[in-house]
Amino acid sequence: MSSTTTTAGQPVPAGRPAAPRPPQPPAPAGRLRASRSRRRRTLTVLALLAPALLGLAIFFVYPLLASVYYSFTRYDLVSPPEWIGLRNYEYLFTQDPKVWIATLNTLWFVVFLVPIKIIFALGIAGLLVRAKHASGVWRTVFYLPALVPPVASVVAFVFLFNPGTGPVNQILGFFGIQGPLWFNDPAWSKPSLVILGIWVMGDIMIIFLAALLDVPREQYEAASLDGANGLQQLRYVTFPSITPVLMFAVITGVIAALQYFTEAAVASGVANGKAVVGEGTGAALGYPGNSLLTYTQWLYVRGFSNYQLGYASALAVLLFVVASIFLILLLRRFKAFTPEGTA
Amino acid sequence: MPLHSSQHARLAAVAALATAAALTLAGCSAGESGSDFESSTPTSLEGTVSFWHFFSDREAGVIQSVVDDFEAANPGVTVTVHEGQDDEKLRKAIATGDKVDLGLSYSTDVVGNFCSTGAFRDLGEVITRDKVDLEQFSDTVRSYTEFDGVRCTMPVLADVYGLYYNKDLLEAGGYTAPPTTLSELQDMAIKLTTFNDDGSIKTLGFNPMMGWYENSAAHLGPLGAAEWLNADGTSAIAGSPGWTELMEWQKGFIDELGYDKVNAFTAGLGQEFSADNAFQRGSVAMNLDGEYRTAFIADQAPELNYGTAPMPVIDSDPELYGGGYITGNIAGISKGSKNPELAWALLKYLTTDTDAVVKLSNGLKNAPTTADALASPDLEVSEQFQTFLDIMGDPHSATTPPSPLGAGYQQTFEDFWHSYQSGAVDDLPAGLAEVDTQINDSLSLVSGP
Repeated sequence: MSSTTTTAGQPVPAGRPAAPRPPQPPAPAGRLRASRSRRRRTLTVLALLAPALLGLAIFFVYPLLASVYYSFTRYDLVSPPEWIGLRNYEYLFTQDPKVWIATLNTLWFVVFLVPIKIIFALGIAGLLVRAKHASGVWRTVFYLPALVPPVASVVAFVFLFNPGTGPVNQILGFFGIQGPLWFNDPAWSKPSLVILGIWVMGDIMIIFLAALLDVPREQYEAASLDGANGLQQLRYVTFPSITPVLMFAVITGVIAALQYFTEAAVASGVANGKAVVGEGTGAALGYPGNSLLTYTQWLYVRGFSNYQLGYASALAVLLFVVASIFLILLLRRFKAFTPEGTA
Repeated sequence: MPLHSSQHARLAAVAALATAAALTLAGCSAGESGSDFESSTPTSLEGTVSFWHFFSDREAGVIQSVVDDFEAANPGVTVTVHEGQDDEKLRKAIATGDKVDLGLSYSTDVVGNFCSTGAFRDLGEVITRDKVDLEQFSDTVRSYTEFDGVRCTMPVLADVYGLYYNKDLLEAGGYTAPPTTLSELQDMAIKLTTFNDDGSIKTLGFNPMMGWYENSAAHLGPLGAAEWLNADGTSAIAGSPGWTELMEWQKGFIDELGYDKVNAFTAGLGQEFSADNAFQRGSVAMNLDGEYRTAFIADQAPELNYGTAPMPVIDSDPELYGGGYITGNIAGISKGSKNPELAWALLKYLTTDTDAVVKLSNGLKNAPTTADALASPDLEVSEQFQTFLDIMGDPHSATTPPSPLGAGYQQTFEDFWHSYQSGAVDDLPAGLAEVDTQINDSLSLVSGP
């Protein structure tokens, strides 16, 4: 009795028509060629990716692994690290006197600085899209502050807002308004930096402008014909079209706010009358009244003023974890606004 | 479940990566050790020595001129100078190997950590070998250049703090001499203060705001013989009555003027290290500052009619008058130095050669630290500068003790003082006890429980 076999190896009784044959695998020589070809393609891809992978390994993976390792050690950069288990984390969560004020200050910037800056940037971009005359000039005017180095812009702002000699309070005084102490008042120091943040929002504004110019005009016309008012057009036409750009702005803004350092540090030093570079900068950080002490500044102080690199690494690891959680939440949230998310 | 070959490969790759990372971390963690000192003083010196310091611009030129003198006296030696290097860069460079032979820091706060970790090597061996007389330095200067019995640094000039007063403003207020106690200072300051029509402060007799310019806990401590650390390195702040008296005086002074008014006035003052300095502009009649201010005034406000004196002291112990806070630049030899003998020769020259110390002092307008330099006829001493040399020699002068925490313990205390002066603290003793706890907790993180 003769029989054939299926590809699964099951015998098929003779006399019954065999199932249609699936495509046969290539002959051994063909398989070898295909395999070589695949390997060559893989190697080519790897070779092309090598610089990026190398950079990722050296500048991201290694520092990340090193930080995690050092966070479990007592380490001062000079002596060999000494393994102390979870002691740094125990200190962080139960004993560090300033980590929570630094965390709250940082979260304040995440909650207020990022949305306010984005709203202003989007608003200005929306106005510039509608500009009929001299639009190039206006775009330049609003973008230029973003080109000023952060240190220079902060120094200029602190002088402008100096309560005794700055022009801002003098102008307010002209209208009968008693200006606040701005960078010298714990209640006003962070809002003062938000004003600075709005002034230098040109980098985000220009991206929004490009995105808004890309929104098809026909969609607005169609929405208008359907009776959609301005707000409805914004909600149902503009936002869905610029969601990827909005997501980019929010994510990069949140990451930058979590790492907020330079502007706050320079503002503290200059407002405190100690605009000195290098010598003992740690002492002025946070002025006034720790209101400008951010998480990354505190990390810096513990690492490089107090020589606690192990503890500073624990702070860095926690920041990385928190930033990652923020990113995941934001990405999930934004997914809901994309076509895939709403499908 | 048995693993497929691809899973084996992935596991092996992860294991290899982890092993490589661990080896790399272990290998990169600590800098290498350098060469040892020789058992006897070398008869001739040859080679290149790298010298890292923080000075820049004009001050770097002063340092360079002394280095040139050293090279002229030692023709076989070349000094490679790296200027403008702050403590953070210096520490990183030391940690990564043999780039630094000799390092000069602006802060005595690094001494505790640099000595205890070995970043700067113990100089005891060569000091004994070359019979360097440490008695030429004052007790205070000796104390801030060593830690826990290890002398890893030598002093390169000193900063001394005292009272600057505007003679014209004091005379206009009916005063002919500066105050000697803190209550006198407060009385005079209040009387010398002027107000605008709206009640805000126009000029201030003395600005008591903690954190402003040189108003720091470290600089005020000697005025009340206040103590920072116990012998075992733990905090002594809560148990030191001098701190309580100083803080209560300062808070009372602030309250008399009004915290908000003083804060608003302070906010409008110019930058400390600019021509807008409040004392140089006459916005404050008296001010706490270092001896280096004499050079700034000579340069930026030569017409200012001013005098200098020791800072007034607490009323309960007027005997303390005459002393003040002393600190200074320090220099040491890196643990990774490949040329420790050359570095030691340069360090010895910078810190003990009378001509070099006098030249540095005249150029940088800092106080010299050796007895011979202080007595040198070549030392340029104005009437105002002499005050600081007198303070330096006073037995009541003091410094901040070295600690493995660096300046961390001072920052913790000053944070509390800031809260206290703003009225946010009700219970001073309990607050000071909390400061002790915070410092000790931080210390345990650095040094172990």
